[in-house]
Amino acid sequence: MSASGGVTPRAESRTRLSLRVNGEPVEVLFETYKTLLEVLREDLGLTGTKHGCELGECGACTVLVDSRPVLSCLLLAAECEGSHVRTVEGLAQGACLHPIQETFADLGAAQCGYCTPAMLMTACALLEKHPSPSRGDIRQALSGVLCRCTGYLQIFEAVEAAERRIRENSPGGSEGGG
Amino acid sequence: MSSRIAALDLQVVGKPRRRVDARAKVTGQTRFADDLFLPRMLHCKLLRSPHPHARIRRIDARAAVTAPGVKLVLTGVDLPIPYGILPVSQDEHALCLNRVRFVGDPVAAVVAVDEQTACEALDGIRVDYEPLPTIADPEEALTTPQPRIQPYGDGNVHKKVALQFGEVDAAMASADRVFEDIFFYEGSTHLAIEQHAALAAVDPDGKLTLWSSTQTPHYVHRALSRVLGISPAHIRVIATPNGGGFGGKSDPFNHEIVVAKAAMLLGRPVKICLTREEVFYCHRGRHPVLMKLVTGVNGDGRIVAMDLQTLLDGGAYGSYGVASTFYTGALQTVTYEVPRYRFRGCRVFTNKPPCGPKRGHGTPQPRFAQEIQLDKIAVALGRDPAELRKSQLAKPHALTANYMRIGTMGLGECIDRVVAGSGWKNKHGKLRFGHGVGLACSSYLCGAGLPIYWNALPHSGVQLQLDRSGRVAAFCGATEIGQGSDDVLANLVAEVLGIDPFDIRLVSGDTDLGPVDLGSYSSRVTLMMGHAALQAAERARDLIAQAVSASLEVPASRLVFAGRRVFDAEAPARGVSFAEAVQRGEAMHGTLGTTGSYTPPESAAKYKGGGVGPSPAYSYSACVVEVQVQPETGWVEVEKIWIAHDIGRSLNPVLARGQVEGSVYMALGEALMEEMAYRRLPRHLSGVLVHKFPSLLEYKSPTTLEMPEVITYLVENPDEAGPLGAKEVGQGPLLPVMPAVANAVYDAVGVRVDEVPITPEKVLRALGDRESRRCGPKSFPFIVWPEPLKVAPPWEGGDGTAVNEKPRRRKEGVLMSPDVVQPGLAPHPSTPEAGQKTESSESSPEMPEVLR
Repeated sequence: MSASGGVTPRAESRTRLSLRVNGEPVEVLFETYKTLLEVLREDLGLTGTKHGCELGECGACTVLVDSRPVLSCLLLAAECEGSHVRTVEGLAQGACLHPIQETFADLGAAQCGYCTPAMLMTACALLEKHPSPSRGDIRQALSGVLCRCTGYLQIFEAVEAAERRIRENSPGGSEGGG
Repeated sequence: MSSRIAALDLQVVGKPRRRVDARAKVTGQTRFADDLFLPRMLHCKLLRSPHPHARIRRIDARAAVTAPGVKLVLTGVDLPIPYGILPVSQDEHALCLNRVRFVGDPVAAVVAVDEQTACEALDGIRVDYEPLPTIADPEEALTTPQPRIQPYGDGNVHKKVALQFGEVDAAMASADRVFEDIFFYEGSTHLAIEQHAALAAVDPDGKLTLWSSTQTPHYVHRALSRVLGISPAHIRVIATPNGGGFGGKSDPFNHEIVVAKAAMLLGRPVKICLTREEVFYCHRGRHPVLMKLVTGVNGDGRIVAMDLQTLLDGGAYGSYGVASTFYTGALQTVTYEVPRYRFRGCRVFTNKPPCGPKRGHGTPQPRFAQEIQLDKIAVALGRDPAELRKSQLAKPHALTANYMRIGTMGLGECIDRVVAGSGWKNKHGKLRFGHGVGLACSSYLCGAGLPIYWNALPHSGVQLQLDRSGRVAAFCGATEIGQGSDDVLANLVAEVLGIDPFDIRLVSGDTDLGPVDLGSYSSRVTLMMGHAALQAAERARDLIAQAVSASLEVPASRLVFAGRRVFDAEAPARGVSFAEAVQRGEAMHGTLGTTGSYTPPESAAKYKGGGVGPSPAYSYSACVVEVQVQPETGWVEVEKIWIAHDIGRSLNPVLARGQVEGSVYMALGEALMEEMAYRRLPRHLSGVLVHKFPSLLEYKSPTTLEMPEVITYLVENPDEAGPLGAKEVGQGPLLPVMPAVANAVYDAVGVRVDEVPITPEKVLRALGDRESRRCGPKSFPFIVWPEPLKVAPPWEGGDGTAVNEKPRRRKEGVLMSPDVVQPGLAPHPSTPEAGQKTESSESSPEMPEVLR
């Protein structure tokens, strides 16, 4: 049985970090060895970001750090001081889903849903940087996130549909209007 | 026959719709097993064997037990009762008792305050192993009976089966041409993106709850009861939504049992989440199968007899292996007419992670063989491969040579659709060198006709509960693994009650709250749960209709349930809202609740082994693949795929298309790149047999960059055996893709690759072999087969029994071992103290010494 009587054995250094998560200022204290993935899930309760291989192979843990898609399993949280981290929990505006969430839901782009948060965040970064991506651009951008369910095609279509929806809804939008 | 179903006016079914759980998935709110955190939760890690085969002499866990933060160390002696998914192979222990059988077999478990502490404590466990000789492949297993990997079977042969339907040798002798080919199908793994995770906790009332990413909570429930010795009534298993399954989460697993035991001993929640490497060791994936297929045909290519031998590499444990072995032979007859058929299959043990069911379970391998051989037959006879197949399709509603009852059969239309869509006639044999098209077909089950353990109970149950708010709650043990089982449930209930699927509260995958459903395997959920859902919903509708009929003074038969209203078909304005209708029902009948259940029809196959293959219905698929092959490098690029699937009726076309495309995707991985490869380390390093690629980076699977365009056709020909005519779509469409790729490679560059994966190296080897123009296995080993069970086909006067079989009594299996009752949580006698030698609960002389 336990010799420690329930006391956490690790008296190692902890890090206090200030950052923004989904637009809100956050301060968190955590064991310094932890990755951003672990801090998000275990210390901040944001389990929408998925725990995959933790080796940077599957892409399931992708979040946006200062608008760039990043594998949160390979990034020490301690390196994120002052950064803005965006996760799937921050995609919807209040109760209103982001267009890409709507199209993923409607077009069958999420089957088991395990890669979905990573796909959404990666696609979001693409659309923010690249307002009218080609199918090839979408393939390239999402190539680091593995999905075993869909065969990817419905995901591509959902990204394309979201792009149209964003364009049509943007002020002074496209010729297509709203 | 199915015109009644075909003509139904449906409101929900068949409409493209957002699945009911989509919002949770796109907002990250789906709670997978690893997303669960409970107060006071501890973490578990397993120590796994570095040896492929060894005796455990001694385990010294003293350093781990005394490490700060460690709460518990378990070894095999703490969980001595064996288990296994099939009643005939109860050969697994949650932690190895005295022998490890593959690299990755778990030996000990540490439970600690956090994962890091548990990981570090594993290093403090010293295991003294006595290495044993290892068996690397099936041919070695056949010729090396000692040392035995398992104490049952014959040497290292796990199972041999032999079945014969009609006088095959005589038919073969009378055939105009006989084609004999040898094929090899490499093993592959599921690679679900979610790694297995489980969390066990003792409830406030002392019962046990296990949350787990399992496809089969009912079977996990049984295994837990057996191994822990607790009444199943005191165990609750909750299958959390699976982050992909594909068959890989269908066995009861050691880590589930370990955390349950630990939670009981410690009175605290205990969680485990496997690493990707560990998931490779759990495996249960596609069996590598060597096949010899001999087919006799008449002058125009019609099959007169087929003789198939399969040799399966099972890995170190039984798992589903006996069923897998039968499946390599069971479905060869439901695609094309095979008047006489012999099948002999052999599964052997090797020192590798156990194989089991992966999407298609045992059928992609022989399908690969048959579809390539048909292509060869077409070439030899100068016939079009599509026409050759169409000329000998199995007949709808026929009983096959091995007594499988076919229902609707839409393969002809599937072939027509892909032939027309792909422009086959202008492409096959007509494209320039390096470009080609290939065609293949397949069929699959819509649910296994028999449960995994013998019993006479329903395979699926659904319970509905309705209240005055108009809310309908649907309870079912079925498991959502991403395929959309929750959506099917909501869809069918909503259809019958005339409400929106969103109006339904779903409770699934929970053994405490829902009626039993056997699990998400064998493509059974849509058909079996679907029937149970329809029956429960129809019963609820009848109760409500009775009350509304009385209050509106309209005959119940004239009432329509649609658009959240119940109204008179002849005067639609005359009606009430659905909620009001439920209130009237509740006022008349009291609290409203109904149940529905489904048991498959009895099979016509009465011979031993005839339990594998029968299904209430069969789905069909046809596929054309277009490839480009670079003759200089051997590189195969799949450019486009056309696939048609006979789905009976599509309940939600968005999801159905997703299942087809997902199957095509997974099939392309198997066709071109995926392989569970092993190698021996160099002799000076130990000569140990290790997994070559236990990582996602090295185990190649297709990414967004490799996925070609896919044109999907859903062929809807409702089958009376399915709910509103629906058949499966989750597995069948995988099957024709691999052989279609191989046939396309032949059309492109004129060489045969008779094995998967079809790598550039193999294409080059075939191109380089001027004589055979082929790459593939050259021989099939000599196997001493038992005398086959002889069953006369239906058209030769047979009745489904074997003439040379001793009469059998079908025993009812032990359902849930309800006699084993351990009230509350009796303290475990061997809760270890540091340095204490724990006594084995089995008095085997071979048991290791355990120090802790």
